[in-house]
Amino acid sequence: MNKKWISAPYLVWMVIFIVVPLFLVGFYGITVRTDTGFVFSLEPLQRCFEPTYLKVLGRSVLLAAISTVICLILGYPIAMILTSKDFSDKNIYLMLFVIPMWMNFLLRTYAWLTLLEKNGLINVLLQKIGLNPIHILYTNQAVVLGMVYNFLPFMVLPIYSVLKKLDSSLIEAAQDLGANGFQTFIKVIFPLSIPGVVSGITMVFMPAVTTFVISRLLGGGHYYLIGNLIEEQFLSVGNWHFGSALSIFLMIIILISIFITSHYETDKEGSVGLW
Amino acid sequence: MSKHIIELKNIDKVYDGNPVLKNMNLYIRKNEFLTLLGPSGCGKTTTLRIIGGFETPDKGDVLFEGKKINTLPPYKRKVNTVFQKYALFPHLTVAENVAFGLKIKKMDKHTMEEKVKTMLHLVNLSGFENRSITSLSGGQQQRVAIARALVNEPEVLLLDEPLGALDLKLRKEMQIELKNMQQRLGITFIFVTHDQEEALTMSDTIVVMNEGVIQQVGSPIDIYNEPENRFVAKFIGESNIVDGIMLDDYLVDFAGYHFPCVDKGFGQNQPVDVVIRPEDVKIVTPAEGMIQGEVKSVIFKGVHYEMQVTSGDFTWMVHSTLMEAEGTQVGIQIGPNDIHIMKKEAEA
Repeated sequence: MNKKWISAPYLVWMVIFIVVPLFLVGFYGITVRTDTGFVFSLEPLQRCFEPTYLKVLGRSVLLAAISTVICLILGYPIAMILTSKDFSDKNIYLMLFVIPMWMNFLLRTYAWLTLLEKNGLINVLLQKIGLNPIHILYTNQAVVLGMVYNFLPFMVLPIYSVLKKLDSSLIEAAQDLGANGFQTFIKVIFPLSIPGVVSGITMVFMPAVTTFVISRLLGGGHYYLIGNLIEEQFLSVGNWHFGSALSIFLMIIILISIFITSHYETDKEGSVGLW
Repeated sequence: MSKHIIELKNIDKVYDGNPVLKNMNLYIRKNEFLTLLGPSGCGKTTTLRIIGGFETPDKGDVLFEGKKINTLPPYKRKVNTVFQKYALFPHLTVAENVAFGLKIKKMDKHTMEEKVKTMLHLVNLSGFENRSITSLSGGQQQRVAIARALVNEPEVLLLDEPLGALDLKLRKEMQIELKNMQQRLGITFIFVTHDQEEALTMSDTIVVMNEGVIQQVGSPIDIYNEPENRFVAKFIGESNIVDGIMLDDYLVDFAGYHFPCVDKGFGQNQPVDVVIRPEDVKIVTPAEGMIQGEVKSVIFKGVHYEMQVTSGDFTWMVHSTLMEAEGTQVGIQIGPNDIHIMKKEAEA
């Protein structure tokens, strides 16, 4: 029986929400508006390479990269703890970890705003115990903190799922052959978890490099990232052509990074990878 | 004393409230091929894991060359394991897998390469050095697993049902190959299997286990010919087990006939279990037979025919190279040497 028609709604959905917007972005990105209408021009794309904007892009990539590294350093041990014997039969711990993700993204970021404020909860507590208040709100640190907080689960979950599937007899085999705990990790566990690590890196880096909410709320007005720049071009400046060109520029960078990581992701047993 | 390379003393092990090993005592001699044999869940793999260091006994001691090693981690033991599903490292090549243990020991590169090469030659895998593990067949993977364990020159090699995943022909070849290897290298092998034929073929000593208790320890011939109880008799090969009464030394009554036998020391008029292997039951004409019966079914098994002969309320299993047609009246003869008497078990 031919059931192809079942996919029709999805096809319509794809066309309306993915193909058309992509086409429009592409169209606006390589045109400018003149008195006679839209004309083909590479000017918007060329503008992306102006030093001011390259600097914004550089900052975005740097902050996203720092956040990704911190997520990896924090996330790997968390994933290992979650898969360890004491925790693995108790899904409650994984749930506890995932529950914050059910809250609205904006709400979670706003929460940090009130926590980090000059007279926010953290500073009040610090002063109570006689320490100096910290002023990290509206700095790069606050933006990185926001990114790490919001995207950490995206690092933990892929690593967790790879580690969970890791055959425990491989670990026993390594120990049997004389490897202590550390050697077992370096020579067996970590190499076999690389597909999860690569997925995690991609899943954290991509939203981090394009975010504009975190940087606007926690970074204040003056720390803006490429996401803010694009948002501004559409909503306040009204230059859709430059905004689209920046989007294309960013998309190309992400595609390149996916291409690089997907090379590492194809593990021998397949199927773990994200793409 | 020093002849025993490994000793297990009064070992108890409980999983989730279920006892897996009950007060187990076992001595393993140097350079012997010892097989732990039993049905699944009998505790044989747990015993192996305790020797390998992957489990610690709840009670009792594990001694290695006389020294207590109860809590010594696996990586410090002079023991290597061939795992049931081989547990080869999928991210490493064949040579890297074999070299794993040597690399950990920081052996110099040249010696290491030599050893890996020799070992791969020994298991007939020369030229496979750079192949990936996933491209190998089951039998090849199995041999890599053996090479990976043996290259470390362990004093004891533990093998956890390593032939289970292979087809019959390959399994038979590997049985002989393993036995040869063990004799050539002079390493103690502790082999776990549920396949009685495999155990009989390869072992110097067989340890038959059931429900966490050792049933019998002995050479293959002893275990087969002189089973100590019903479980061993049933598990090792096929047998007819009949209720009998030991009338006196050298005389036993079963199936309504007084049989002369070679067993003694059971006392007079004691109820016993009588074990007779199906190949020891001889079919003769009804007049010649000690027991008379009728052939109920005949199955061709290749080398022999398996026949069910009913006599009274007991059905005898008979293995013979000569066939009797179904429905034939036959006689049965059993020689004194073929009757094995076991003390009656309280529960059975």
